[in-house]
Amino acid sequence: MATVELRFSAQPEHVRTARLVAAAVARRAGVDEAVLDEVRLAVGEACSRAVGLHRSHGIDAPVHVVLTEEEKLFSIEVGDEVPGSGGGASAVPGVRASGPEDESDDGAEDEMGLAVISGLVDDVEVTSGESGGIIRMSWPTTPATVLP
Amino acid sequence: MDLSLSTRNVSGPGGDRTVVEVGGEIDVYTAPKLREQLVELVNDGSYHLVVDMEGVDFLDSTGLGVLVGGLKRVRAHEGSLRLVCNQERILKIFRITGLTKVFPIHGSVDEAVNATD
Repeated sequence: MATVELRFSAQPEHVRTARLVAAAVARRAGVDEAVLDEVRLAVGEACSRAVGLHRSHGIDAPVHVVLTEEEKLFSIEVGDEVPGSGGGASAVPGVRASGPEDESDDGAEDEMGLAVISGLVDDVEVTSGESGGIIRMSWPTTPATVLP
Repeated sequence: MDLSLSTRNVSGPGGDRTVVEVGGEIDVYTAPKLREQLVELVNDGSYHLVVDMEGVDFLDSTGLGVLVGGLKRVRAHEGSLRLVCNQERILKIFRITGLTKVFPIHGSVDEAVNATD
């Protein structure tokens, strides 16, 4: 069972909330302090990507984040509801319709987000299906000190 | 924390430099503000920028995209974009994306302003 679940409307301002919640739950789960920055960044990247996908596809459904504390493992799943989105922007032709020159930086951002995630997280899996895509990431936890 | 931005002009051996001091979090929500600032500076004729990131608490790929976009714009005018950053957590993001090879990264604003290479 998930330790904490989060659903937020696909608005950029809520990504920070997801980062803060994920980092807080990860800390409680026993993820090493030195790794918390990576958790924060990775979940932010995954959520930013999901928000971008929902917005570009006009999907009103919320972005879904599942934080699970398992034995020796802390995992995060970030789910979007865009069919076939798992392969990144390149797998969804026309995700970023080319706009004015000022918007031309955006195209690379989705892919850069995935690049950052795969550079940061050793254990990461990106899947996609008809109901949407999921980025699944996990980190080892150190067992909490047993209180007498 | 929201994003804070302030700019000032400084003279260096290579000419005038515009220092953009950034504070707070650069993410999918705040990055558009940084983009607007960089676009505005370039449109106003400031082609040599120094982005001081010492006050940045968080940077993600959206922020990286904006910096790359800024670099593209100043290069179109034969300008430069230098970064100032000593924070390991921020430098790490430039390293894993290979952008340390793209941006000159300096340890202080003085060093960046005085760089002429």
